[in-house]
Amino acid sequence: MNTTFTHKQSAHCESGVISNLMRFHGMEFDEPAAFGIGSGLFFSYLPFVRLNGIPVASYRIWPGHIFKKFSDRVGVKIERKKFSTPQAAMTALDKMIDKGQPVGMLTSVFYLDYLPAAYRFHFNAHNIIVFGKENGRYLVSDPVMEHTTDISYEDLVRARFAKGMPEPSGRMYYPIQLPGDFSMEKAMWKGIKQTSEWMTSIPIPLFGAKGMKYLAGRLRQWPDRLGNRRAVLWLGNLIRMQEEIGTGGAGFRFIYAAFLDQASTVTKEEQLFDLSKQLTQSGDKLRDFAYYAGRVCKNRTSDTKTFSELAEMLEDCSKREQEIFTQLHQLSKAK
Amino acid sequence: MNVDQVPQDEKNLNEGKVAKLYYATDEKGHYKKVNSIGWEPETVAMEQAWEVVNDEVDEARKKVIEGKASPILYYIKKNIMTASMVAGYVGTLSPIVHLHTMPFFYRRLSKKTLEKYAYTFRITVDELTDVERLKRPL
Repeated sequence: MNTTFTHKQSAHCESGVISNLMRFHGMEFDEPAAFGIGSGLFFSYLPFVRLNGIPVASYRIWPGHIFKKFSDRVGVKIERKKFSTPQAAMTALDKMIDKGQPVGMLTSVFYLDYLPAAYRFHFNAHNIIVFGKENGRYLVSDPVMEHTTDISYEDLVRARFAKGMPEPSGRMYYPIQLPGDFSMEKAMWKGIKQTSEWMTSIPIPLFGAKGMKYLAGRLRQWPDRLGNRRAVLWLGNLIRMQEEIGTGGAGFRFIYAAFLDQASTVTKEEQLFDLSKQLTQSGDKLRDFAYYAGRVCKNRTSDTKTFSELAEMLEDCSKREQEIFTQLHQLSKAK
Repeated sequence: MNVDQVPQDEKNLNEGKVAKLYYATDEKGHYKKVNSIGWEPETVAMEQAWEVVNDEVDEARKKVIEGKASPILYYIKKNIMTASMVAGYVGTLSPIVHLHTMPFFYRRLSKKTLEKYAYTFRITVDELTDVERLKRPL
């Protein structure tokens, strides 16, 4: 049985799944709204945590956080399940589909064969919605795709039970109770408050706007410390974290600015729109950074001068974001 | 970023399957959704990441042909996995998987264990054990 399900493309998978699931249940949340209420924006640089030997830099909050905070703040009750065997997981999924209920789930990108081969690394926290079954193939709404697609039983099992960090273990979720009355305005302010607080006032230099400044400092030393090849590789990784699929441009800054734009309409607070414009400018600077970093990667030559120029660009962004989020914090505290 | 500044670079790795969604501003600064088929810096960074993977695969392939490593090493690299990930699929520990990448231990593997490895790499046991395949350029 297939249900009437409207798919809309989004930039980021987690907020996209929220938006699409909530629409099915009759509540319209645009993607930026879901992203902002769930406090999706962040920055962290963890030099001691390494993936494939490259330190982790992240422009967002950790996976799963957006969904959790969104459901808390809007008041949706979400049923979450995880399974020990693929059979149990697929039977539970089939039951939900028979009921006509679309289900969100965690998957590994590596096994989703409808995506271009170039994107298929082992990233185990990709969110998709399965909303039906046709001729033995599952109908999939992947938020980053323009249209819905389908996937075979075998591939879906592999994607849901991929190994590595983190293990999806067949995790799936769906709303079971919708909020009666809730204030969009309040939820938005709560989201803004958390993001602005975390971006400005965590007393560890690795997180928030400070983290960006710290990264800039480290970036300066890369050519001397790592040598040409690895410095270029690390820089390339930074571009991927910032610009690859799922970010909406400039490491989620544009999605968040879009959220502030919407929030200013909802809350009738003119200053939010002003701050949205400022964040757009700061995001443009990040795009410039990625552009020049891309040129360095293309030429494969790292010298101290270009790297310190790149570091200056990051420092500029850090300063701008510090100002923007300090203002946002003061605004949201008063609400 | 303005709506008309959203990059549409023809040279990309999307195979025509995806046009990413971007958020961009109109002339008043309000946000709109715009699709983009690709952006050069992102493509460069991705190509670079794949180059590292392909180099490692090729290195592993040579080692297997020379008899210095077992085909398991090649397929681990080919599937961009790590020993601990493979251990998760096969149901063992990563040091054991590491041992199985050495010809000495690989030769002593049972049919059952080979099947588990083949399942992990989505190939048949015959394909897994056939070293001749690797000699042909892929």
